[in-house]
Amino acid sequence: MEIIELGAVEIAKAVKSGELSALEVVSAHLSEINEHDGDVGAFLLVMADRAIERAKEIDKRRSGGEELGALAGVPVALKDNIVLQGVETTCASKILSGWEPPYTATVIEKLISQGAIPIGKTNLDEFAMGSSTENSAYFPTRNPVKLDRVPGGSSGGSAASVASRFAPIAIGSDTGGSIRQPASLCGVVGVKPTYGLVSRYGLIAFASSLDQIGPFAKSVDDASLVLSVIAGHDGMDSTSSRTATYEHAPNESDISSLRIGVIQEMMSDVSNDVLGVFNQSLDALRSCGAKVETVSIPAVRYGLSSYYLIAPAEASSNLARFDGVRYGLRVTGADMNETYGLSREAGFGPEVKRRIMLGTYALSAGYYDALYGKAQKVRTLIVSEFARAYSDFDVLVSPTSPTVAFGFGDKSDPLSMYMSDVCTIPSNLAGHPAMSVPFGGGADGLPVGVQILAPALSERVMFQVARALEGASTYMAKPQWAH
Amino acid sequence: MAIEDEYIITIGLEVHCELKTNTKLFCGCANQFGSEPNTNICPVCLGLPGSLPVINERAVEYAIRIGSALSCEIRPSVFHRKNYFYPDMPKDYQVSQYDEPICVNGKLELPSFPKTVRIERAHMEEDTGKTTHVGTSGRIHGADFSLVDYNRAGIPLVEIVSAPDLSSADEAREYVSELRAILVSTKASDGKMEEGSLRVDANVSVRPLGTEKLGTRCEIKNLNSLRSLGRAINYEARRQMEALSAGQSIRQETRHWNEDQGVTSALRSKEEAYDYRYFPEPDLTPLDPDMDEVATIARALGILPPARRLRLRELLDGELTRSELEQVQTCVKFDLDEHVLDAVRTGVPARLALARGSNELASYVNQATVDSFEVAEFPRGKFIEVISLESQGKVSSTQAKTLLSRIASNHNEEVSALIEELGYKAASQDEISELLDRLISENSMEWERLCAGENQLAGFFIGKAMKITNGKVNGKTLASEMAARRLG
Amino acid sequence: MSADKISSNETRHIAHLARLALSEAEIEDFTGQLAAILEHAKDIESLNLDDVAPTRHALPIKNVMRSDEVRKSVNREEVLRMAPETQANMFLVPKIIGED
Ligand SMILES: [Zn+2]
Repeated sequence: MEIIELGAVEIAKAVKSGELSALEVVSAHLSEINEHDGDVGAFLLVMADRAIERAKEIDKRRSGGEELGALAGVPVALKDNIVLQGVETTCASKILSGWEPPYTATVIEKLISQGAIPIGKTNLDEFAMGSSTENSAYFPTRNPVKLDRVPGGSSGGSAASVASRFAPIAIGSDTGGSIRQPASLCGVVGVKPTYGLVSRYGLIAFASSLDQIGPFAKSVDDASLVLSVIAGHDGMDSTSSRTATYEHAPNESDISSLRIGVIQEMMSDVSNDVLGVFNQSLDALRSCGAKVETVSIPAVRYGLSSYYLIAPAEASSNLARFDGVRYGLRVTGADMNETYGLSREAGFGPEVKRRIMLGTYALSAGYYDALYGKAQKVRTLIVSEFARAYSDFDVLVSPTSPTVAFGFGDKSDPLSMYMSDVCTIPSNLAGHPAMSVPFGGGADGLPVGVQILAPALSERVMFQVARALEGASTYMAKPQWAH
Repeated sequence: MAIEDEYIITIGLEVHCELKTNTKLFCGCANQFGSEPNTNICPVCLGLPGSLPVINERAVEYAIRIGSALSCEIRPSVFHRKNYFYPDMPKDYQVSQYDEPICVNGKLELPSFPKTVRIERAHMEEDTGKTTHVGTSGRIHGADFSLVDYNRAGIPLVEIVSAPDLSSADEAREYVSELRAILVSTKASDGKMEEGSLRVDANVSVRPLGTEKLGTRCEIKNLNSLRSLGRAINYEARRQMEALSAGQSIRQETRHWNEDQGVTSALRSKEEAYDYRYFPEPDLTPLDPDMDEVATIARALGILPPARRLRLRELLDGELTRSELEQVQTCVKFDLDEHVLDAVRTGVPARLALARGSNELASYVNQATVDSFEVAEFPRGKFIEVISLESQGKVSSTQAKTLLSRIASNHNEEVSALIEELGYKAASQDEISELLDRLISENSMEWERLCAGENQLAGFFIGKAMKITNGKVNGKTLASEMAARRLG
Repeated sequence: MSADKISSNETRHIAHLARLALSEAEIEDFTGQLAAILEHAKDIESLNLDDVAPTRHALPIKNVMRSDEVRKSVNREEVLRMAPETQANMFLVPKIIGED
């Protein structure tokens, strides 16, 4: 089997045994990037020299008899809103062009400590705001499965890098579906863990109460392994759970005793091709012995409105610091206020400005109670309705995205783009884990993912269902050039 | 009628107190005054993208101490973000407690006015960085550019907000002075106004005598000493009175105190509606202090200025005179109460110890550091030694004062050596006897009256003796000699 | 509750609060787009949630604190190097209050 087809579990095993050198692994992926990333545009920055150097180090440590970590020699692509000391981090924004952070995110430290090799920084919708990666200030990323389609977003570069075989695993962030939706559109596995399971320290915040870092992988087990590496308490993140951990349990796929609820409200705006694949996945779950029934969670209908008040509100505050004083772009005006205005006007793209405007409005005097305050109450409603559903079901399922990958410019109206997140948003509002697993091909053979939702800190049962789905599916998305 | 007599002044104070923690409120950078620019900084207090705050537990403990010392209710609290753009704020929002502060509903008693000032709240927040305005004026107006140092950004503050209960500059000064004494005794703050550890904003309004509705208030910033506070309030109140008398109205605004010119001026020229867009800081968790721990913290506070004053008052019997009350206040204000208490413990009469503490010692403290709050360093043992000698009649009061003054200017002077040097040798019994013989013969009428029971004449004789001996006679010894003669 | 219609003057005010020097064309675009998004949000505005507490955090955690111990600061040069303009190891900014 070609190196680039190997998963993280296999690579780590081969590197530890000496069957493969880390350098061979890195080189194979770098040459794939060289050959195809010109078409895809998954990376904003390829860290070739650093990755090679790091691979050699790992090989040296192996030959020195040192213990290697769980991700020994595994290349990892990093969404460019997560900081790595001395490596340009831009959030795909002009305002951060050239910024080299003086510190490293906790997740990246954890990955590196387990032998993973950062191979590049991936493209995204500017500041993670978008569902197609078209909002990158640099260039759009293309869907490797069909290059005239978007990869989804905002972690489109990370999803595309895994789907393109540029890296066996990637790290993304998910605020309203930014891992799961691109995973679904690119045909890979994507996980949004429980809020607080993975440290946010070093993740450039979009919406602090919703953001969560998670993995992309080609297989459920790889995603599970990566999650086990990055999960756990971090004293640098006050919202990181002090007790929660996630342990990789590779063989658990028996779902015969599970009760699975199908969220009725998440089926209404779904296209027929996606619905077709989704129904097949339900049949597969039934034939694995699970009890599958429909459940109604009316409050999720309010998720979109709630999300599009809370996320921009928090973002408007989180993005205030990009002011041209300490780092980033400055356009000097007559005085400080003018400098703020000009720098931010020049540095932010249209979607970012739109959300800053919306969020500023939602928080401004006179509207707080009716908008932001109300939206926070809707979260409570969603949490309590989920809790009721989980008294009857172990996990819930839905399509991840209402459609397969769409074309560039198809959703130029902001609201229609926001609708792409309708199935993924409720998990962020509730802080619950959810993941997308590719199951079949929809229109034009494009990938369709199934979303599995679970109660807080119930990643283990979520992965069990994901393994069952993966086992029942024969579908495998391939890059366009591999056909 | 003077214009001041036609209006009532109303003042509310907001006092920002820096907490003396080792580290900043949300990161592990050193909380240190006077470091090289931008050396106590990290991703968190510099607001670098991706960084997150974590609350310093000692800062919370100190806030609870302060709240307890001000008789506040300690409550569950939430940090909010106060959003506005300013270069000294690294995140362009300040993390501060808004509608759910940690301490509410406290009070502070002014020592010399019969008044209890309500404390509306004491909340936690982070300090901002420091901006230096560069240009010919050296001030924000007319500066060419500014330089920002973020060492101070993120230092923990407690902001103590009083109700508008104060009605004069003197009350305001006494409020701050008393508050400072309380803060220092909680050990949560060093109270150094000159280093900016305590910063005061004053909300001042005036209203015509006989009316109830409070006038429009102006907030005066940059009050860095008690002197500035008093001057600024007087200036601002008068400005408002004159404006109202001239038929003008007062605009609610923030004003800056200019110490050199002695005036307040509007801080922002442009009309700007403030809209801080407060919302709960999502990067922090709520605080819900354990009430047993709060009680433990409160118990550990030790004795606070009001109780310290009470302790001194209780040394004296009966109703205290106004001057004795002032002596009590002075001793506590200058941290001299322990000197006095120790002296009394060794048997010195309380009135003498209090008088020497508040008059002599306090004046040395005052002379050494005018308008500053430096605590008395006067060697306690030597203070006790001198006034013990005085109370035993071994030195006269004049001699005692001289001795204290010499020790104040050089703490290393030994009492016995000074007595030797100054010739303060106690008179012998024979000398006293001779002196009394002379006094009786020169004032035989008075002596007879004294012997007949006019006891107040004892002072007359002691006064004469002092004159004759240039103050070297010990009044006490003489008094007992007189008593012996009268009986004999 | 007055999230009804948003005027271009209101958009201008919001842009000022957010320190975005928007062009006139952007003001116009955003006025329309914000109105449309807020119109969509009407579905929650009409909900009666008076008795519902807001959810601020997904996890019900409180009192997360750290001990008061000094940690190493970052290298000043590494930070200043990223600044648009510095002088004397400080961040240089244009004059804060402009002429009227
Ligand atoms: Zn710091």
